Amino acid sequence: MRVGENLNTALAALLAREPNLYVLGEDVVDPYGGAFKITRGLSTSFPDRVLSTPISENAITGVAAGLALSGDLAIVEIMFGDFAALAFDQLLNFASKSVSMYGSRLPMRMVVRCPVGGGRGYGPTHSQALQKHFVGIPGLALYEMSPFHDNLAVFEEMFARAQPCVFFEDKVLYTRRMGAVEPPFSLTVSGGVARVFLDGSPDCVVIAPGGTAHRAMAAMRSLLVEEEIGCTLVVPSRLYPFDELDALEADVRTARHVFVVEESTAGGTWGAEVAHLLHQRHWGRLARPVTLIHSADGVVPTAAHLERAALVNETTIHSVIRETLRG
Amino acid sequence: MTRPATIETAELGLDEADLSLMLTIRAFELKLLDLYGKGLLNGTTHTCLGQEYIPVAMEALLDPRDRVFSNHRGHGHYLARFRDPAGLLAEIMGREGAVCNGVGGSQHIHRDGFLSTGVQGESLPVGVGVALHLKRTDPGRLACVYIGDGTFGEGAVYEAFNIASLWRLPLLVVVENNGIAQSTPTSRHLAGSIAGRAAAFGIRHRLIETSDVAEIRRTLEPLVSRVRSHATPLVVEFVTRRLGPHSKGDDTRSAEAVRDLREQDWYERCAAADPDRFHLLDAQARAHVDAIAAEVMARPPSRWETR
Ligand SMILES: Cc1ncc(C[n+]2csc(CCOP(=O)(O)OP(=O)(O)O)c2C)c(N)n1
Repeated sequence: MRVGENLNTALAALLAREPNLYVLGEDVVDPYGGAFKITRGLSTSFPDRVLSTPISENAITGVAAGLALSGDLAIVEIMFGDFAALAFDQLLNFASKSVSMYGSRLPMRMVVRCPVGGGRGYGPTHSQALQKHFVGIPGLALYEMSPFHDNLAVFEEMFARAQPCVFFEDKVLYTRRMGAVEPPFSLTVSGGVARVFLDGSPDCVVIAPGGTAHRAMAAMRSLLVEEEIGCTLVVPSRLYPFDELDALEADVRTARHVFVVEESTAGGTWGAEVAHLLHQRHWGRLARPVTLIHSADGVVPTAAHLERAALVNETTIHSVIRETLRG
Repeated sequence: MTRPATIETAELGLDEADLSLMLTIRAFELKLLDLYGKGLLNGTTHTCLGQEYIPVAMEALLDPRDRVFSNHRGHGHYLARFRDPAGLLAEIMGREGAVCNGVGGSQHIHRDGFLSTGVQGESLPVGVGVALHLKRTDPGRLACVYIGDGTFGEGAVYEAFNIASLWRLPLLVVVENNGIAQSTPTSRHLAGSIAGRAAAFGIRHRLIETSDVAEIRRTLEPLVSRVRSHATPLVVEFVTRRLGPHSKGDDTRSAEAVRDLREQDWYERCAAADPDRFHLLDAQARAHVDAIAAEVMARPPSRWETR
């Protein structure tokens, strides 16, 4: 099954199970079914609760917060995650704040879905990896779609938190297969973290969320074949907060080299936050500081050759790991 | 306490309870400025001096199960709904018994279907979401959102108007047009008119220029009933007066301009209408608020336990 199909099936299952769940977004109803077709079929089955909205990211997110405040569940699709900038006030100052600013815990079950990332030539305002802009907001949890995490289970977990969540979906994943790992690599998924590993102890640990996992895996394969470097890949479903670090850290505990991969452009990244946390806990054991691997510092260009050169990819990951380990 | 969603016109007069409530809100706000002046309050506050009659008039048109969204100038909205000056003062002063344990303070209050936020315009889309919920699960109930004239500068207002009208939602927008936003007069921040902006979205608009509570209720009762029965938005614009500073000590208007506003104040009008009764009720309200303030100030600090 493709990742996009898995997500579509998850949304349908949730709508069927939760009579108070709404799905809101621009152009989400049939026959269009959303800019990336993720909501296809949903409005036909649930016409009262799957609603196409005006082009009003602030209001859609506010409406979702109003529904959540009333005890309903809401999922918002932001057509391109970049436009979540227009919903930032509702997320930062209302939805996430409401969880605690009224002095006692107020449950808010809402998820804002953000298709993110480049690789499709959409240009600087339609290709950003926005995760870093949402890190560190009290009351706001961040998740990222991955080929290794069943989307239904992830949405169940997000709603169970009873706090607003942003779900980042790397667009290039929609058409990729779920859970594909080829020998000699093995896969386990537990505690919200997927691990892709080899027999024996690895030379390094690579932490790479959903959208970069397949690029990291390609690099791991070439590093193994060409350089005999063995890596363990760690793919967390939740990016923030780091409330149960254990699963994310299990491999780091025995590693001397750690890399964090993300598609974000340089500066104030999620990876820097992960690195800081790992340094606090594991500094004495690491051979060197955690290495950050991300896209270049600049806008994401449109032309294919320029975009390819700017975005983090398997070649970047391969060469950074090789140079770091081999010098 | 349950009240019918529609109220007989006969019950709508300005009775003693209404006047007492307006006087209590006034005494409460004056007390706050007094406490600030003495350095006894932390942070900031925005008093509704001059606007007290609006939530008092509206409250009789609202059902306890309606949802009310308030803003930075929200003490009157809260007091008209809950008649709980002690809980509100404790919130503002961070004392035990605070409505929100002292976390929210003056402009972030949540209690039983009432919610205030300090970011202009933000609550309108949220109110639209609540109205969508009510339309499906509790027909006949509405979401009432208070905003000021200055808030019409925010795009969120129009995004919300558009959706409320398109989706036919029971949203009652109460505009307290006090002619000024912080220091900027309406003539310098608002092109066209609020009526024109409502009309652009096909939303009915009603201008209220009087401060006579009974007359306000008589005028609005059928319109508010229609919001419920037809699930349709309504904008009610009150032409009102802000008598105090925007927050504290930051009034940029001339003393003369403020004096002119005072002459139009409901307080003067009601005092002149029935001086004996008025002064008795006013003295009672002030004494009541004084006693509450003394009692609340003696309480221990609030505790924030369930985060
Ligand atoms: C988004 C936003 N911008 C600015 C402010 C600062 N601010 C608080 S109240 C206010 C004036 C609001 O004017 P109006 O809506 O007319 O209400 P009034 O204060 O007159 O009751 C301003 C600018 C804010 N709270 N939120």
